[in-house]
Amino acid sequence: MPKEQSGANILVEALCDLGVEVIFGYPGGAVLPIYDVLFQQKRIRHILVRHEQAATHAAEGYARATGKPGVVLVTSGPGATNAITGITDALMDSIPMVVITGQVATHLIGSDAFQEADTVGITRHCTKHNYLVKSPETLGNVIHEAFHIATTGRPGPVVVDIPKDVQVATAPYTKPGTINHASYKPQVKGDIKLIEAAVEMLAAAERPILYTGGGIINSGPAASQILRELARVTGAPVTSTLMGLGAYPASGEAWLGMLGMHGTYEANWAMNQADLIVCLGARFDDRVTGRLDAFAPKAKKIHVDIDRSSMNKTVRVDLPIVGDVGHVMEDMVKVWKARQHTKADLSPWWQRIEEWRAKKSLSYPPSTTEIMPQAAVQALWNATHKKNPIITTEVGQHQMWAAQHFHFESPNKWLTSGGLGTMGYGLPAAIGAQLGNPNALVIDIAGEASIQMNIQELATATQYRLPVKIFILNNEYMGMVRQWQELTYSSRYSESYSDALPDFVKLGEAYGWKGIRIETPDQLESGIAEMLAYDGPVIVDCLVAKVANCFPMIPSGASHVEMILADDQVSGELDDEAKALV
Amino acid sequence: MHIKEGLKERHTLSVTVTNEPGVLARIAGMFTARGYNIESLTVADITEDDSISRITIVTTGTPAVIEQVVAQLDRMVPVHKVTDLTLLGDHVERELALVKVSGTGDHRIEALRLAEVFRANVVDTTISSFVFEVTGASTKIDRFVELMKEIGLVEVARTGIVAMARGKEAV
Ligand SMILES: Cc1ncc(C[n+]2csc(CCOP(=O)(O)OP(=O)(O)O)c2C)c(N)n1
Ligand SMILES: [Mg+2]
Repeated sequence: MPKEQSGANILVEALCDLGVEVIFGYPGGAVLPIYDVLFQQKRIRHILVRHEQAATHAAEGYARATGKPGVVLVTSGPGATNAITGITDALMDSIPMVVITGQVATHLIGSDAFQEADTVGITRHCTKHNYLVKSPETLGNVIHEAFHIATTGRPGPVVVDIPKDVQVATAPYTKPGTINHASYKPQVKGDIKLIEAAVEMLAAAERPILYTGGGIINSGPAASQILRELARVTGAPVTSTLMGLGAYPASGEAWLGMLGMHGTYEANWAMNQADLIVCLGARFDDRVTGRLDAFAPKAKKIHVDIDRSSMNKTVRVDLPIVGDVGHVMEDMVKVWKARQHTKADLSPWWQRIEEWRAKKSLSYPPSTTEIMPQAAVQALWNATHKKNPIITTEVGQHQMWAAQHFHFESPNKWLTSGGLGTMGYGLPAAIGAQLGNPNALVIDIAGEASIQMNIQELATATQYRLPVKIFILNNEYMGMVRQWQELTYSSRYSESYSDALPDFVKLGEAYGWKGIRIETPDQLESGIAEMLAYDGPVIVDCLVAKVANCFPMIPSGASHVEMILADDQVSGELDDEAKALV
Repeated sequence: MHIKEGLKERHTLSVTVTNEPGVLARIAGMFTARGYNIESLTVADITEDDSISRITIVTTGTPAVIEQVVAQLDRMVPVHKVTDLTLLGDHVERELALVKVSGTGDHRIEALRLAEVFRANVVDTTISSFVFEVTGASTKIDRFVELMKEIGLVEVARTGIVAMARGKEAV
């Protein structure tokens, strides 16, 4: 009989058994027993954030950059509610995460006790699954099951709510064997008959395109490798969603750039004109498809996804294949080779693609007086790409410019809030990524508005001596909001000016960071060099053109081929139908 | 600007779930969160150890929405199996209702006569009232209730639909 130990001890034992090395957390009354156990051990490192939302984003950043689940520990009530945004973010972007929340003692649940919130009720809609643990006997198994659910199938956040008395009461704990869940059995292997059909469709296609997404990154590094192989043997062009950047290298032959609302001309036109779209671990999000009834009208569609509910959700597909995209692509390549298919002559298709590419849709008006934000991202890429940096972002124009102009060669290097679009994600995510990769160069490409949403995390990086870099594209506007207002509401800039900005250099210095300001184009290179030369955290306030717009852009309610490429194509006011589609 | 809607169908789904706290809230919550309809929902455990419940849901939506409802249910962690009985074809649907009717004299006699036609049982009676128990397809119960309105309907309680595929196989 294993020895009796407290629930708090069981939790920490189970986390150790699961290989957890880092927890992002914030203490409080309802988790004191757990914090006391953490104090007395050395196996797990606890990172004290400055706000629970940041703990969740840091865990996301850690997970995205390492492939391991992120772990969060917060107290009941406000601790749990502060974590909601990051939990929702992880759900939308399929990030494996386990969030441990303290809860008031079981006999107090439902009595409106101090710092009581119905955490299980509140998080039911923003988790893959959640648990309220009512006895220490079940705690160990629940923790193991929570990790199993968070990390398998379509990954996502799992909340485990542990009342304080359960943390104190004792029970024996033994590490469970492999988990064989009664009802949760994600399908990993795809149906081989369907895969064979997919291969025949690919072999017969004249204008195929591989439309890839974050699922490939979730599947693991092997999936990115097999994608390259699939692109090579078929000769098909590759585009990607925001979440999938890095799965296929930006320097690769088949690369068309990102697709969707701010995707390249060639990627969106190729989607529109393709006769076969192979969707690999993406989900036909509205930011990708544009107007649905005009989406890829000529294409047959194959959809590979581990989540059956992604099939036919927004776009009807001809061939849905449920399974892990890495395994399915591996089988596709095997079948392709076994059937001795050779690369079809796709030169007419590629010729058209080259014509679209010739539009140079990512070009922008140069300036000698102002720093163009796109130029700043390019300069950052020039100076850092050899170091294979990890890039995080906040949300807004800077995020899209980073996606367009920073070129990724490998997976797990691009960390951004795609589905939820959470301002305030980038800094804590960079902290998490840096903890998982102590020797990597980690840069948060930020906006001056977004960075203020979790600015308190400057202290976390200082405390743990994390050499994170923040590169603010400071346009003194909530630029993305301003851009929409310019395009849709005749430039009525309602509440989108970033007034009363702090002096970011001094702010950084107050937190023990190095601060650098870049004001003119000639300071750009040297400023970046200075940032890279400093062995510690640096915040760079880069003043950029204030009213630059992010193009290409598919306006709301428009189709892929109605892309706006430059400012002179911008209309002043859109109709109600378009306004509602924002 | 107007919001568009497609043609709707009515489907009966049978869902087996692990009988754990919150499972019903989870399922009902998924319907509200995603804007799906619930016309009727019944639930009770069906195993000796109370470990598994069977939920019967009647929902309406376009065929694409129904397909999504099934897929969304299917991916939930405590859900074992989802069967679209309507899609499966032949199945039986039953509902039980308690119907309270008051009246005296001819009304009383008429109420009893109609109850006989509908094979409704009297499960409670006073000098001036009856409570009938009636089982059957929902349309049959609708009709019974409709008739009782003319006689002296007081109140109705209905269980919602339970359903099962015909034939010897389990879902
Ligand atoms: C938490 C949150 N609130 C509001 C928004 C809506 N929003 C999207 S982009 C944006 C402006 C961001 O401004 P900034 O960080 O300066 O980036 P820029 O667009 O100027 O590059 C806002 C308010 C959001 N995405 N997230
Ligand atoms: Mg800005």
